[in-house]
Amino acid sequence: MFGSVDSTMILAILPEILLTVLTGLVLIFDIAWKEKERKRNLGWLTAGGTGVILLVTWFATRPGGDAVSLWGGMIRADTMAFVFKSLAVFAAGTTALLAMDVEHLGNRGEFYILLLTSAIGMCLMGSSADLIMLLLAIETTSIPLYVLAGFFKYDDKSTESGFKYLVFGAMTTAIMLYGFSLLYGFTGTTNLYALAAGLASGELANMAVIGSALMILVGFGFKISAVPFHFWAPDVYEGAPTPVAGFLSTASKAAGFAVLVRVLLAVFPDITAQWGAILAALSVATMTLGNTVALTQKNIKRMLAYSSIAHAGYVLIGVVAANALGIASVVFYLIAYLLTNLLAFGVVSVVGSVIGSDEIAAYAGLSRRSTGASMAMLVAFLSLAGVPPLAGFVAKVWVFAAAVQANLIWLAIIGVINAIIGVYYYLIVLKVVYLYRSDDEDKPLPISRPNMLALALLCLSIVIVGTIFAPWWGFADTAAAALFVP
Amino acid sequence: MQFPILSVIVFTPLVTGILLMFIPGDRKNEIRVAALGAAGFALLLSLWVYFGYNHLAGGYQYVEKYNWLPALGVSYFVGVDGMNAPLVLLTGVVMFTGVLISWGIDDRPREFFAFLFILATGVFGVFVALDMFMLFFFYEIAVFPMYLLIALWGWKVTREYAAMKLTLYLFIGSVVSLVGALAMYFQSGLNTFDMLALEEAGFSTQFQVFWFPFVFLGFAVLGGIFPFHNWSPDGHVAAPTAVSMFHAGVLMKLGAFAALRVGMMLLPEGAQAWMPALIFFALVNVVYGAFIAMVQTDFKYVIGYSSVSHMGLVMLGLATLNKTGFVGAGLQMFSHGVMTALFFAAVGMVYDRAHTREIPKLGGMSKEMPLVAVAFIVGGLVSMGMPGFSGFIAEFPIFMGVWTSGSSPINTNWPYVGWVGPLIAVVAVISIVITASYIMRIVRRVFFGELPAEFHDHIGDVTALDKVALVVLVVIMVSMGWFPRLIAPLVESGVNNVLRLFGGA
Amino acid sequence: MDFIQDHLLTLILFSPTFVAFVMVFFPSNEDNLNRWAAFVGSLIPLVFSLVLWFNFDRTQTGFQFEEQAVWYSAINSSYHLGVDGISLPMVLLTTLLTPLSILASFGIKDRVKSYMILFLFLETGMLGVFVALDLLIFFVFYEVGLVPMYFLINQWGSEKGERELWGGMKVSSRLYASFKFMIYTMGASLGLLLAIQMIGAVSGTFDLIELYQSWTALEGTLFGLSIGQVKAIAFWAFAIAFAVKVPVWPFHTWLPDAHTEAPTAGSMILAGVLLKLGAYGFIRLVIPLYPGEAKYYASALAFLAMMAIIFGAFASYGQTDFKRLVAYSSVNHMGFVVLGIAAAAWVASGPNVQDGIIAMNGAVLQMFNHGLSAAGMFFLVGVIYDRTHTRNLNDFGGLFPLVPVYGGILIFTSMASLGLPGLNGFVSEFLVVRGSWPVFTLFTALSMIGLLFTGAYILKGIKQTLHGPLNEKWIGQLSEINSRELWVIAPLMVLMLWLGIWPAWLLGVINQAVTALFG
Repeated sequence: MFGSVDSTMILAILPEILLTVLTGLVLIFDIAWKEKERKRNLGWLTAGGTGVILLVTWFATRPGGDAVSLWGGMIRADTMAFVFKSLAVFAAGTTALLAMDVEHLGNRGEFYILLLTSAIGMCLMGSSADLIMLLLAIETTSIPLYVLAGFFKYDDKSTESGFKYLVFGAMTTAIMLYGFSLLYGFTGTTNLYALAAGLASGELANMAVIGSALMILVGFGFKISAVPFHFWAPDVYEGAPTPVAGFLSTASKAAGFAVLVRVLLAVFPDITAQWGAILAALSVATMTLGNTVALTQKNIKRMLAYSSIAHAGYVLIGVVAANALGIASVVFYLIAYLLTNLLAFGVVSVVGSVIGSDEIAAYAGLSRRSTGASMAMLVAFLSLAGVPPLAGFVAKVWVFAAAVQANLIWLAIIGVINAIIGVYYYLIVLKVVYLYRSDDEDKPLPISRPNMLALALLCLSIVIVGTIFAPWWGFADTAAAALFVP
Repeated sequence: MQFPILSVIVFTPLVTGILLMFIPGDRKNEIRVAALGAAGFALLLSLWVYFGYNHLAGGYQYVEKYNWLPALGVSYFVGVDGMNAPLVLLTGVVMFTGVLISWGIDDRPREFFAFLFILATGVFGVFVALDMFMLFFFYEIAVFPMYLLIALWGWKVTREYAAMKLTLYLFIGSVVSLVGALAMYFQSGLNTFDMLALEEAGFSTQFQVFWFPFVFLGFAVLGGIFPFHNWSPDGHVAAPTAVSMFHAGVLMKLGAFAALRVGMMLLPEGAQAWMPALIFFALVNVVYGAFIAMVQTDFKYVIGYSSVSHMGLVMLGLATLNKTGFVGAGLQMFSHGVMTALFFAAVGMVYDRAHTREIPKLGGMSKEMPLVAVAFIVGGLVSMGMPGFSGFIAEFPIFMGVWTSGSSPINTNWPYVGWVGPLIAVVAVISIVITASYIMRIVRRVFFGELPAEFHDHIGDVTALDKVALVVLVVIMVSMGWFPRLIAPLVESGVNNVLRLFGGA
Repeated sequence: MDFIQDHLLTLILFSPTFVAFVMVFFPSNEDNLNRWAAFVGSLIPLVFSLVLWFNFDRTQTGFQFEEQAVWYSAINSSYHLGVDGISLPMVLLTTLLTPLSILASFGIKDRVKSYMILFLFLETGMLGVFVALDLLIFFVFYEVGLVPMYFLINQWGSEKGERELWGGMKVSSRLYASFKFMIYTMGASLGLLLAIQMIGAVSGTFDLIELYQSWTALEGTLFGLSIGQVKAIAFWAFAIAFAVKVPVWPFHTWLPDAHTEAPTAGSMILAGVLLKLGAYGFIRLVIPLYPGEAKYYASALAFLAMMAIIFGAFASYGQTDFKRLVAYSSVNHMGFVVLGIAAAAWVASGPNVQDGIIAMNGAVLQMFNHGLSAAGMFFLVGVIYDRTHTRNLNDFGGLFPLVPVYGGILIFTSMASLGLPGLNGFVSEFLVVRGSWPVFTLFTALSMIGLLFTGAYILKGIKQTLHGPLNEKWIGQLSEINSRELWVIAPLMVLMLWLGIWPAWLLGVINQAVTALFG
């Protein structure tokens, strides 16, 4: 069916293959090592393995020139796929580093297996060019995540979180699947790049196309936690193990955006105005709700949950602009956001495991307990707020620039207002960290080596992306350009 | 290749700030010495830039340009002309004296200096930026450390409120400008943020008139323009001494300067169209600020509002859109920066010893700290525009500019009767009397008179480092007052560069 | 020598500042060192100004020893100095009175160093006004002199006395006086500042030599008003600023307070030189820049001058405080200066110009003379105050036998002030009256009432202190004038006598310039 398998085809799914191998290795060593010997070794294996995969991906599979469809049109090998695969692998590795020292999580083989499996799904999401492939990828991503969210079986909140995520996920996926089936019914094809032509044949009522688009948007909206499909996010983030929440809010969201952008541009180019309007409305609602609700949060994970909802709103601005600059800014924003939010959850995980609380008030005196953790906090939150020289600033500028270019000045202004609200609550957290005193501020806060490594890596990446942004922008730009080529 | 002096100036504080974080936090003296060394280095380099600038040749000098994001026309593009060279020097001076005066900070000095230096990098970066994106980049860097500096080391009573208010005001201002700047970027169709190229973009009048208020006001918020000046006195009062110095001394100029560089220079026709409103707001700043300063009882609030009033003069000078007005505004930026740094330094020294800033509770400080009294008096004379001090040199051309603002050839496109300029000058001059009265009141109540009994034991003279800082500032103000040729020709050459865009020469 | 010749005015102007800067590094507890340093330092400009005096070419009109250097090119203001026959006596007067005042302040014990430094700065400020040929430089020095004076009164003024402000707040008198001095003069000079700005903005230059031509020749409309209206407004801005400084009735109320509260040397300089700045401003700026307006409003000015003469005399007569009496006498005497100036302005470039020249000669000479006699009078009041710690005339009486030398000097100086023929005051007042009589006959005639009362209050002062029944409590308390104090008053007395007998040496110089001004 695929014809002969050549090296390009292998290269196109090399990260996925390697991830599968790594999963297998983890599975074997999980059994091979005794519980007591195991300690962090599985974590190091995962992290190291993803590191190697990242390098291989980077040097071996970087696509050159035109985008190509492979594996019978199932897989699209373009820069878009490449960028999101790299992100997923990177996020999985960092999450492993951060999770290593979390009790009941870091020494469990199944955690890493689920994590890697989910990463495989994300890689595929980035490169799927077919409805069926897409659905499979989404499910491969989601099902391990449902389990991961409920990983702490003894913890009611975690269990609730996993279950809630599952129920929401199942329902929205079902609606999305319905949308997929409609598309197939309308056109008789499942290939994304063939669908557009089918829909454009003129025999279909516009309403039908819009309706199926809407249904698909429900599924994607769930993945990127856009309002009104965001209800799961705060509860799940709060209940899930913190590194998992970080992974959920970044890699999963980035992958969601990747398919959203790809599907909208590839399948629905003729109704750009309609989905543009819908997404604009979603964007405004998402930003505004995320930010305003985040203002009142007392729990840092819930606050980050709402903030990540808000960030989805900013990214949507770029999608709405739907021009080359807009899509490039979306990709760039996701790179910046992934790094930043991983760092934010990373710090919360590290600090939370020591102070035993996720209340914002519990962070008082942190700056006196640990320079490193508080600096990481500073970098993460300022980057979220959009302050140079951190990645968040450049990302925001280009998203707003895209809106201005597309004559959506009103949208840019709403975004700007939201950014200002965001500044407020991010700064409040920093104030607690740096200003307030606590009784045990003279006790140093230990940070384990893998955690330190992850945090330092993320901080450095954020600064690098925020200052030397040309190469990253180059990737984003090529990725976006690839989407506009039919 | 020539020595990249501007880049070295811009990044010296940043690198120092990062390196400081690697010194163990309890080695406070090493940290202070390192900070002072870096500040001294930056000051020397900025002196070099200042005196090395050839004002006869004019134009941008010490230019460096590197691609940053070529796809979107972003470059790292720096250079100085006569307008910003003094401001670079000002930053160097304030940074240096600020470090000297902060010697006594004992709570986490490492973090304090690190944040202060990041702020300084932002300020230097904005002053030398010739690329609009870069300008915003550094502008934001300059705004945010302020929050932490005020919230962490500020006056306990209002610091949280003031820090947040300040940050939000400035952030709102900057993003509003940013939207305007992006609009210019796309409208020009040049795909570049290079401001020298955008100057030639030839925006339509309609476009300029629409976007000018966004860009100008967004920045002018940081310049303390009425009615968006509210953050400034609160922020100044709550901030620790060195930060107040930096803030009033340099950051407010950042706003005015960016408003000029991005707002007026890129949208000259917009500036002309909005000129009456600008003059009006600036006038309100000048007079209203002075009146409010007069009724304050908190020493530091007086100075805070006086900054609002004096920054109004900068705006007034800019709003005249003629040569003398611009020259005055340029000089006033420098003069006010030094003066207000001195004021806040003096206030800080009094407060550190008396632990109150209520004017009625103070008195007789001149007996205990004579040099502070002398320095404050000199600052006061500068602020009331006394001839022989820098304030006069700066204010005089501003007023001259106002006189002719109505009859200048570039402003003929709107109905502006001749006597308005003189009228504004006459009204604005009231502020001089008011300034004189509140300065004299402070001098009398705080520095002279009886030393209250409660202070008898614990008030002593300031440290030698404090004295060095004060003397440096005083010397600058007096020498500028007597030798305007040290700075005026430089500013004049910078102004010619600005006027070129207004069709004058 | 060439260097000194070429930069003589700069040397005169800034040698006090230089000395003051050097003194900054002196130890502040070495009072004697500081006193002598200041005194010797202030002799430097005196020596230079004597050099100036002897090198001044009396046969030439116009400005001499001109210097011009870049100052503030952005607004076309340059450092332009020069002297003519009007400013030369003023420079001499200033450089002479300053060392004498410093010598007179050797009794100051509190913060001597700061006091002396301020005094030297004050000297530079005053000299700058007299030698400036640039409107902006003129203004700079005009204002800058206020600052040291303010602090001299505020910090070293008389320690007694309280004044009630509005709202019932009580402040010490010296504070009240210094504040009033500052606010009056600064407030009045705001108008001047605005007018200078306007002239600069319109003319594009501040150089007086150029402005004498271009500003007077200006025609057309300005700011929507006719040039005549603009000039009239600007004229009054200038006139009021200088009228406050002189001071002319009714702007004189700051003066008695300031004089009374100032330390002795402060009063000497205040009366001796600072008041002349106002009169000098009229001569150097108002009349040449606004000949038309000055002529038009001359009678108003003459009226004010007459009122100053009459009310000054009456008020002086009414005082019981010796220092206040002398202070009001300054109002009275300066009235003659303004009367002379007004008369000259009225007849300028007319057929009776000769009367104007005489009046103006008298006015300039009166400035010099009043500088000598008022400084002397204030000094003598200070001498007795130092010994008795009172200035109330009723507390004195019959002191002549106790202090015959002092008494003689006081009578001599008072007579000079009164205008006794043979002493300097007579010459100048005669010239003013002679010149003004044909011009403003009525005003001059009425002013004679003032002159009459001048005699009355001076004699009253002498009578109350030196004559009459001896106030017993001073026996054994009052010591004779000491040698330092004699050194202060002696040069003044010599000059008073010399000018009274042979005024031509000074009048020749003045006349040359005055004639040129109106010729």
